[in-house]
Amino acid sequence: MSMSYALTDSWTMTRRELAHWARQPVRVVVGLVFPVMLLLMFGYLIGGGRGVEGEYVDYLVPGMLALTMAFGLEGTMIALTQDLDKGVIDRFRSLPMANGAVLVGRSVADMLQSAVGLGALVGVGFALGWRPDGGPGAFTGALGLLLLFRFAMLWIGIFLALVAGKPELVQAVQILVWPVGFLSNALATPASMPDWLGTVVEWNPMSRTATAVRDLFGGLGTDQVWPAVAWPLALLAVFFPLAVRRFAALNK
Amino acid sequence: MTEAAITVEGARKKYGDRPALDGLDLTVARGTVHAVLGPNGAGKTTLVRVLSTLLRPDSGRIEVAGLDVVRQAYAVRLRIGLLGQHAALDEELGGRQNLELFGRLYHLGARRARARAGELLDRFGLADTGRKAVRHYSGGMRRRLDLAASLITEPEVLFLDEPTTGLDPRGRAEVWSAVRSLVGGGTTVLLTTQYLEEADQLADRVSVVDAGRAVADGTPDELKKATGGDRIDVVLRDAGQLGAAVALLPVDRAGVRVDTDRRLLSAPVTDRMAALAGVVRALEEAGIEAEDVALRRPTLDEVFLHLTEGAA
Repeated sequence: MSMSYALTDSWTMTRRELAHWARQPVRVVVGLVFPVMLLLMFGYLIGGGRGVEGEYVDYLVPGMLALTMAFGLEGTMIALTQDLDKGVIDRFRSLPMANGAVLVGRSVADMLQSAVGLGALVGVGFALGWRPDGGPGAFTGALGLLLLFRFAMLWIGIFLALVAGKPELVQAVQILVWPVGFLSNALATPASMPDWLGTVVEWNPMSRTATAVRDLFGGLGTDQVWPAVAWPLALLAVFFPLAVRRFAALNK
Repeated sequence: MTEAAITVEGARKKYGDRPALDGLDLTVARGTVHAVLGPNGAGKTTLVRVLSTLLRPDSGRIEVAGLDVVRQAYAVRLRIGLLGQHAALDEELGGRQNLELFGRLYHLGARRARARAGELLDRFGLADTGRKAVRHYSGGMRRRLDLAASLITEPEVLFLDEPTTGLDPRGRAEVWSAVRSLVGGGTTVLLTTQYLEEADQLADRVSVVDAGRAVADGTPDELKKATGGDRIDVVLRDAGQLGAAVALLPVDRAGVRVDTDRRLLSAPVTDRMAALAGVVRALEEAGIEAEDVALRRPTLDEVFLHLTEGAA
């Protein structure tokens, strides 16, 4: 099996996901609208922003971007467990293809989807009056940190999907993802919370990404960037090999 | 290279403590249809998963098309087609998109994958529905598309794991005719089934498996003969007369089974017509009223009971 097969097969698997989008445009739109609705809801309806100094929108938009990346984990899990459950993964495994392409295609498609989602949310943020003033370099860096965080979530999602195996078990994980997503500084500052909760929130890797991204968008420097790089890389160092090993062990 | 398309010697596979394959042996000659017959949990699916490289056996010599399924898994995959127990299709995509996807993964290239998808859709009567998403397909259509997907590269060996389980009679007939159309093309087919009738209809040879091992092997006729062949079933109006009926009927009393709840007695017969006439006459003479008298082939239960009793 040559390297070129690994590439063609990965591209074929990515195209498969893109064909899903073309088949189900409504679902793609709903997927984009959902975080926008969350943004509007927290920005205007619930009126959060406890402990936030300055414009809440400058705090909220980066927080929502990070939250959207975290919730991407669910999409990865649902898609993969459905393939496992339907026997589609077994068919792929019985083909003379590069087996890793199944996971690579999943990652590329999910990353593309997340990038599009980021773009939509940034657009809505602009419409709401959010103005990042850190310059183009910092802006690009912030998007990069968000996608790095999404990439870590992606491999956690792949691992959990392989462990769960069945779509029914995804719900259990969804119930966990929400508190993890909200036990962060996405919507409110840790200082506004009870001490113990504030500590949990500070340690949440998602908070690190949100903080770094806020600083970069706000032109407040790069002091907070390193934990937002280190955390996702640490998560990847654990979950990438676990996921790959679990996938290889499907023949056990 | 040997004449056998599939060779299995002493295959073992355990899930935890439970052996799914417990020293199974099997040989399938090239170009034949071989049925693996057994109840749920006999190890049929495990066998297919091992043969199609999805599952590593714990031990045993297992070869497909002369290649070792563990050490030469990739080469095996180039030569096999697999139809799993559930239609393994992308439900969101259309039939044509599914076939093109799998064709590309066989590295046919875009043009040949498209051409092959078109041929297969025509061949399986799916040309009109090729654009429709698979989740709108009927069970029979799904199964046909699934079968088409497993034939993309004209495999040397095709595995069908319970191809008709869960299908209505029409869907079953569709799949049977599709499988028959493969025979003669030189493809070796191994199919698993719970239905003796299916094995009878499609297979040149049958292996009966139980608890992870092959308990019998032969042509369908040989197996049925070994089971005692045809039976006659008599349902009486009055269960109280079952004993009397058994005593006077002109049948081999050693093989008689009586089911009081269903008011049924069942006996093996050798000469079908003579037995039928003899039984009807004897009942009439004794004045025993029957609701139903019927000749039938042995069921899987009977083949099974017979073979497992014989082994014990």
